[in-house]
Amino acid sequence: MPDAPVLEVRNLRVEFPGRHGTLTALDDVSLSIAPGEILGVVGESGAGKSMTGLAVQGLLEPPGHIARGEVHLNGRRIDQLPTRAMEKIRGREIGAIFQDPLTSLNPLFSIGNQLTETIRLHLDLSRADARARAIDLLKQVGIPAAEERIDHFPHQFSGGMRQRVVIALALAAGPKLIVADEPTTALDVSIQAQIIALLRKLCDDTGTAVMLVTHDMGVIAEAADRVAVMYAGRMVEVGPAQEVIRNPQHPYTRGLMGSIPALRRRVAKLTQIDGSMPRLDAIPRGCAFNPRCPQAMPRCRQDRPDLMPAGVGQSACWLAEGVLT
Amino acid sequence: MTANAKAALTVQGLSRVFDVSAPWLNRLIERKPRQLLRAVDDVSFEVPAGGCLSLVGESGCGKSTVARLVTGLYAPSEGSITFAADIDGAPLSAQMIFQDPYASLNPRWRVRDIIAEPLRELKLRDTEAEIRERVDALLAIVGLSPRDGAKFPHEFSGGQRQRISIARALATEPRFLVCDEPTSALDVSVQAQILNLMRRLQDELGLTYLFISHDLSVVRHMSDRIAVMYLGRIVEEAETEALFANPRHPYSRMLLETIPDIDNPRRAREVDVGEVPSPLNPPKGCAFNPRCPLADARCRSERPEMLRLKDGARVACHRVAEAEAEREPATAVPVPAA
Repeated sequence: MPDAPVLEVRNLRVEFPGRHGTLTALDDVSLSIAPGEILGVVGESGAGKSMTGLAVQGLLEPPGHIARGEVHLNGRRIDQLPTRAMEKIRGREIGAIFQDPLTSLNPLFSIGNQLTETIRLHLDLSRADARARAIDLLKQVGIPAAEERIDHFPHQFSGGMRQRVVIALALAAGPKLIVADEPTTALDVSIQAQIIALLRKLCDDTGTAVMLVTHDMGVIAEAADRVAVMYAGRMVEVGPAQEVIRNPQHPYTRGLMGSIPALRRRVAKLTQIDGSMPRLDAIPRGCAFNPRCPQAMPRCRQDRPDLMPAGVGQSACWLAEGVLT
Repeated sequence: MTANAKAALTVQGLSRVFDVSAPWLNRLIERKPRQLLRAVDDVSFEVPAGGCLSLVGESGCGKSTVARLVTGLYAPSEGSITFAADIDGAPLSAQMIFQDPYASLNPRWRVRDIIAEPLRELKLRDTEAEIRERVDALLAIVGLSPRDGAKFPHEFSGGQRQRISIARALATEPRFLVCDEPTSALDVSVQAQILNLMRRLQDELGLTYLFISHDLSVVRHMSDRIAVMYLGRIVEEAETEALFANPRHPYSRMLLETIPDIDNPRRAREVDVGEVPSPLNPPKGCAFNPRCPLADARCRSERPEMLRLKDGARVACHRVAEAEAEREPATAVPVPAA
């Protein structure tokens, strides 16, 4: 990779100790995002995609904690920082966009108030300068008549406009990384397309790296440069987005892609992956996908595959090894 | 719609108005007028027997209200809903599958009792043994085991819960199912399981579906015909393949253009299509005119009538009507308002 990565996660393991033993929510997750790059993190509910985003931001709910592994932001290790130092990094260096724009904004304050507060918390600006920057940000995310709208309250904005305000908030201090967790899930399709286009544009213009957490392969196809597919707290496949979508290497990704009804053609029956993802307290031995995998071999039930080169990306599957050797 | 296919359901001129006024005292003191919301406005369609008609549109377009009107959960303000003679609209023949399998099952009831409730309520079986037998058969139909009947809903995943609601809907041997976003709360691999199950049941039991969804790829997979709704009205209705190959209404075109397409992503596109206006104060003329690239003065003042085209599609758009009239003046006949 030509540029040093903005975010680098190495062998991350997140555990939740509990009365009935310790649950492993994330196991051996490694990823990196270059400046200006959008990495899609995709998977079904409970796969650990949101958990990855939270772990990176140091927002794990106790008793959840990082048991192993490292998180590096711009070459600096951040997973062991004390709470106070982490608070400085959130907002300043990592911006966050959450799913529901209505609950991410405080209904009692005007959006200008919320924007200038965030800006002044992280940047040394006067009240007037902060307000000017807030108006600039609103213009940047495509809010018409930003000079007037800045004094409006969240309920005066539509869903799509609110999500734009949330994006402006995430950008307030000029972060190097934005973690966007299902940013378009609560929106209608025509609005969703606008928000995706906006994210891509901001990414290209400002060189901000984005970790885009979503369950929607369509969003990945349109927005992401690379994609990481997660299953049961582990990463099963990483690669360029187009490649993973057109030519998936891991049997889980193949099943996932086959189960999405296509827009341009009609099939008699959708491919279905029988069963469902294992619960965290009952992850099978070997490859976590082996009970549902149509190509499972005896080895898959014993040994756990690590990510290994497959196609142009990487796949955590023993089949990939077979191809190479 | 082709006249030879027997219609399982005929809806004509259906409207539903909700009173969303401020409380009486506020109206009196603040001199606020009564506020009426036309959630569904003059909607007409037919669902052919054994087929599947889908209603698609963005949130607030009235598609779920139509579903509730059809199953009798709301009373229509105007218009008629007529089922075919063998489907009289009673609970025996029309049932509904709801969107959220977490909210639509009583958490304190065992699955067996949830599925048996319609049987007991409508006295469809005489003895407990017969009820038990029917419940076990229903569980098997939807791919669960009779042993699952003893469990509670929380012991199941989202997809399994949706199977339970399908089993409950099938308990009365209905001929007609109204499915209101049955898979939008589910993960894609589970969604595929449920869609495959619904297709199988349609073939095996000869069911007719009215399918409500905002997801065009799901709709394409399931339906024979699609009606696109915008702000309470149907703007276009056509056969599935015809609609996808040749969307005529500018709104249908916009919808098809804006959904992310996995096979053919368009990354560099300019998306500036505005947002849905408030249904409380819909635009004059054609409701889509503020977002429409083809709108002119006529669109802003005069509401387009539903036009039936030669291939059986119906479109409500002045531009389409003008183009048709130019091409073949005799064939384009406005459908009289019901």
